[in-house]
Amino acid sequence: MPDQLLYAMEVTLNGLMAGVMYALVALGFVLIYKASGIFNYAQGVLALFAALTLVGIQQGQVPFAHLINAVTGGHLTHFGWTVPSVLAIILTAAVMVVLAIVIEKLVLKHLVNQAPIILFMATIGMAYFLEGFGDVMWGADIKKLDVGLPQGISDTVEGLTDRIFGYGFFVDNLDIVATVVAILLVTALTLFSQYSKQGRALRAVADDHQAALSVGISLRFIWILVWSIAGFVALVAGIMWGSKSGVQFSLSLIALKALPVLMLGGFTSIPGAIVGGLIIGVGEKLFEFLAGPLIGGATENWFAYVLALIFLVFRPQGLFGEKIIERV
Amino acid sequence: MFYREAGDFKTTYREDSQTFPIKFDRLRFYAVLAVAYGVIPLFINDYWANAVAVPFLIYAIAAIGLNVLVGYAGQVSLGTGGFMAVGAYACYKLMTAFPEVSIFVHVLLAGGVTAVVGVLFGLPSLRIKGFYLAVATLAAQFFLVWLFNKVPWFYNYSASGQITAPDRTVFGVFVTGAQTSAMAKYMFCLVMLTIVAVLARNLTRGMVGRKWMAIRDMDIAAEIIGVNPLTAKMTAFMVSSFFIGIAGALFFSVYLGAAEVGEAFGIQKSFLILFMVIIGGLGSIFGSFAGAAFLVLLPVLLKNLLVGALNWPTDLAAHIELMIVGALIVVFLIAEPHGLAQLWRVAKEKLRLWPFPH
Repeated sequence: MPDQLLYAMEVTLNGLMAGVMYALVALGFVLIYKASGIFNYAQGVLALFAALTLVGIQQGQVPFAHLINAVTGGHLTHFGWTVPSVLAIILTAAVMVVLAIVIEKLVLKHLVNQAPIILFMATIGMAYFLEGFGDVMWGADIKKLDVGLPQGISDTVEGLTDRIFGYGFFVDNLDIVATVVAILLVTALTLFSQYSKQGRALRAVADDHQAALSVGISLRFIWILVWSIAGFVALVAGIMWGSKSGVQFSLSLIALKALPVLMLGGFTSIPGAIVGGLIIGVGEKLFEFLAGPLIGGATENWFAYVLALIFLVFRPQGLFGEKIIERV
Repeated sequence: MFYREAGDFKTTYREDSQTFPIKFDRLRFYAVLAVAYGVIPLFINDYWANAVAVPFLIYAIAAIGLNVLVGYAGQVSLGTGGFMAVGAYACYKLMTAFPEVSIFVHVLLAGGVTAVVGVLFGLPSLRIKGFYLAVATLAAQFFLVWLFNKVPWFYNYSASGQITAPDRTVFGVFVTGAQTSAMAKYMFCLVMLTIVAVLARNLTRGMVGRKWMAIRDMDIAAEIIGVNPLTAKMTAFMVSSFFIGIAGALFFSVYLGAAEVGEAFGIQKSFLILFMVIIGGLGSIFGSFAGAAFLVLLPVLLKNLLVGALNWPTDLAAHIELMIVGALIVVFLIAEPHGLAQLWRVAKEKLRLWPFPH
């Protein structure tokens, strides 16, 4: 096979893996949008916050150390213990649930029946707050996240492809893990929403708020539930992205990467988030590979948006979105 | 006592349809103009001009521009930063290509260039609505910033990739470059803001503005009663981008002096201006002023308080500032989703009855 084609295949494969990472973030958006009609800009910051909390708990950092030191003049940094990864993940998940409850009680409850743009702005406000809060709580320096996920280039894939094509593909171990985790997560979410009582309630609310209320489903409980799940998804995304590139502010910008994925897949469709993620991942990697050198590179910043934009002009509700019906 | 329609008889149509039909409003408007043009320039110094006055004036222009689009025409846009960058780079190219022409003309032309770009990126709004459109406008934001970074022609092949404003004058007074006095900066921005505000106010009162609002309230219904969505949406994008382009040109040439596109016109700028519009009040020119003032003053106040008075480290203060701004936005949206302009409206209603509550 010609080299160019092999390179393109490798790029495509890596694009698919990157797409899975985008889909992980987009998933959280879709869940919240379906259940409450809120376009949750804070999803990326939730992932950052979850990752910061995980590292903080794992390494036994003193929360708010910087603030306490500034007020009292002390030199606190760490408690001096480390927490095993599994326990730290469970604790962080608990923190995310508490966060979901607090968000519901303090913010969402008061914004029922507001225009969608107002709710959107409120989530941007929350994103700002959480970003500052996470930094004050755990410090803003770049942290290394290590929960025992395999790092580096996968030897198995390289060996296998070397035998078949005579050219070894470079694929990150972490990306493979992320793919497996994403598949597990989507399966678990699907099972949950299809077969559990709460899952059915969730789907009922997503279908029709008022009808759900009238058969006795508590909207507020559903909101807490769905924000908790979104928090958990954010935690998973935070672990994956954090292990890949360190826990730092730029982690919250993955939300911006997830937006075109959402547009492409439709805001209301979980399969849409996955397929959209894959299309965007492959599209931007291939575009960078083919056209990047010609026009100066770094096209990844905008290509996804332009692709989604062009796509939407032909299909305004996205790939899998519900058909938009408008009446006067 | 103060705010009365009673006794204020209109005898001509002209009087009846003037911008401020109530006498108190009119007098207040002239008083504000008199203070802004007559009093503040006498006392302004470099600190006040650079930290408060000039950013306020420029952001107010940008906020009015975005308010036309979001508040009046209902098309949510997150591309403001990108459009400001278009204004800034257009202004830079014009300033360096035609040094003999007045900067005043350049700034207006930069607005014109931005208007064209805005219409181009506004075209999808005919098909895409709501949040899909908001996200689609992010395409403009990222693409434009990338473009100005990657194509050297835009920054005249300078080694640093920055654009730097050369010295330019209006009526013999420097308004850009290092020799500019605080007063010149202030006055130049103020004149621009006055032009923009008067234009915006009258556009939104007139036929164009009513078409925008009809489209905002329900575009299908508007189309049925004879509003052409193509012209209404495109004029909204055009006018909005024109103002935003002017703001971008001023932001670069008068306020910053030198700019790097990703830093000065990034996505954060888009959000900041959207916050101003929301906190100020959607669909209100006064709201744009109030929102801009609020978000310009707040960080200055917080910084003075936390770093100056409490002696906290600056990085901690920056994080706390982020928290406070975020929390305030949420609190504002909960307490008054229609923004500062609504508070002002309520105050006026109270004033109308005062001192007799019934």
